[in-house]
Amino acid sequence: MMNSKHSKIRWGFWIFFIPVFLWLFLLIILPHIELLRMSFFERKTGFTIANYAAFFTEPIYWLTFVRTATYSIIVTFIVLVIALPVSFYVTKVSGFKVQGFLMVLLLLPFWVSELIRVYGWMILLRESGVINKILVGMGFWNQPVEMLYNDAVMIMGLVYTSILFMVIPIIGVMESLDDSLIEAAYDLGAKKMVIWQKIIIPHCMPGIMSGSIVVFMLVLGSYLTPNLMGGKNSLWFTQQIYNQFITYFNWNQGAAFGFLLLLMSSGIIWVALRLTGQQLSEVVK
Amino acid sequence: MQIDLSVKELTRKFGEFTAVDRVSFNVESGKFFSILGPSGCGKTTLLRMIAGFYEPTSGAIEIRGQDMAGVEPNRRPVNLVFQHLALFPMMDVKENIAFGLKRRGEKGPAVYKKVNDLLERVGLPEQANKKISQLSGGQKQRVAIARCLILEPAVLLLDEPLGALDLKLREHMKVELKKLQVQVGTTFVYITHDQSEAMVMSDYVAVMNSGHFEQLDTPQTLYNNPQSSFVAQFVGDNNQFIGILHRDENGSHYVITDDKRKYLVRESGLSDGERVEMYIRPEAVIIKPDAGKANFNTVKVLVKAILFDGANSRLLVVLDGSDKELIVSLPQNRQFDYIKSGDSIEIGWDIKSAVCFRESGVKAYDEL
Repeated sequence: MMNSKHSKIRWGFWIFFIPVFLWLFLLIILPHIELLRMSFFERKTGFTIANYAAFFTEPIYWLTFVRTATYSIIVTFIVLVIALPVSFYVTKVSGFKVQGFLMVLLLLPFWVSELIRVYGWMILLRESGVINKILVGMGFWNQPVEMLYNDAVMIMGLVYTSILFMVIPIIGVMESLDDSLIEAAYDLGAKKMVIWQKIIIPHCMPGIMSGSIVVFMLVLGSYLTPNLMGGKNSLWFTQQIYNQFITYFNWNQGAAFGFLLLLMSSGIIWVALRLTGQQLSEVVK
Repeated sequence: MQIDLSVKELTRKFGEFTAVDRVSFNVESGKFFSILGPSGCGKTTLLRMIAGFYEPTSGAIEIRGQDMAGVEPNRRPVNLVFQHLALFPMMDVKENIAFGLKRRGEKGPAVYKKVNDLLERVGLPEQANKKISQLSGGQKQRVAIARCLILEPAVLLLDEPLGALDLKLREHMKVELKKLQVQVGTTFVYITHDQSEAMVMSDYVAVMNSGHFEQLDTPQTLYNNPQSSFVAQFVGDNNQFIGILHRDENGSHYVITDDKRKYLVRESGLSDGERVEMYIRPEAVIIKPDAGKANFNTVKVLVKAILFDGANSRLLVVLDGSDKELIVSLPQNRQFDYIKSGDSIEIGWDIKSAVCFRESGVKAYDEL
């Protein structure tokens, strides 16, 4: 009796475990092992660390990374500053019925692919675009202005494409915030900014951190938006990786850059978690 | 005596619904004032207006003589203890208590000295560094009150803070809260639906029903001389009879109930032939009264059940030849141990213990 019950549980376990294991192993772990091997390899000399060394010796590479990381942090911060009041409005200010409607409004743009959304922005902003047509037509300025292909527009595009990934986790934690805590702080003499600083943000910290990690990783690893909206002068580290693989056919160098991106972004997140005193296990819950 | 809180003709409407209807009262300094009423009677709305979370539709609130119209909750000299306490889980005990002081701009070791003094006074020394989640229900209660008291408010408002506690602890905290109030001398305004909480702790109790005060009195007067049928039903237990008031040629008054029974009642100022509700408390009913007393009602009843509850034990009886149920106190002095379910006994009451009101049809509880 005991044995048959035991083996039943085993069967259930394997049925669910095997697809997950195959997925992870064949599609993620195996290719990464091959990439890792490739990154330490060169056609002529065999094993080498030259691919990694190139990153540190060529300023264009590490400067691109610093630029990418800095802009990613800036984008994450802007997204956070916008997402907090938006989440507060959705969870605490709007009524029950309006809340569902607002959530749909937030989600709707994300049913369309990122490529289409970025092209949408380009149609609006380019020299012969909608906004220029309207402004010139109304006489605000005499000739169309090129609004695309600069860092400010690229940051706006990145904020736009990633904001949902911050709003959703923050709404999740903010919903669990008891309204009476806000009222109690107000009753005890706190001003609005103090309530945000002492009550709302500390309560939402796990959501803020998980949202920030997702947004930071997405922005750091994004390729489409910086490429299309940032133009020729806005180098993004993913473009460097793309160039190595596609333009120079240097897979070894590209693989090394890929691993460097993974390591350094993990490092930045580790530092951020340490600075804010959060636990990764708390954040991913 | 100084008046700490004065409420004048206060009204609050939500759309067509009037939650609080022209309520006026004064609370003297240092008193424990309770507002007692069933859920939905408007007591929370009233309290939130005093705290400043709702604007009154009309009327005025004065705290220590100052008009509170348009004053934000964070600038009022009152503090609110929330129903679920609303302690800040992201802070420890001392930070919770110091929160208000810090918002006033007080800094440094003086703040924590005050916090420790207060913790001592509410009976929580050595707990300053504990997390909120490490405290028991009663300790949380005290922290919530300490968090408000440290600001030395003119009036401390309490919104059913004992509601979430289990029965034994609630009984204990009632006494604790009363002792604490006497000790600190702050004016307390306490709202509750639990009549026992209101009676045990308060100097004055206002009974509230559908937006207005039915009666404002000391607990003793409220219990012994209810002014309305609602108060008679809501405060304590009562047996209700409905009938028509008559007066005979000797000048004595009596009620003829709908099932044609006759009960003597005392003079009540109601006129002859009026439909009335008569109330008699379970403990005013005497089991096996001596025969031949003047101004006394005697009835024969059948014991349906013995509701044993220690000192609160009662008999559930029905009038002979009717299905009208009455509740009678059963003193636990062993005198009535022989009464069994199914027995036929005689009970009676002095006419002075029954009260009559003009029939209102008001029901404090649906099942009554």
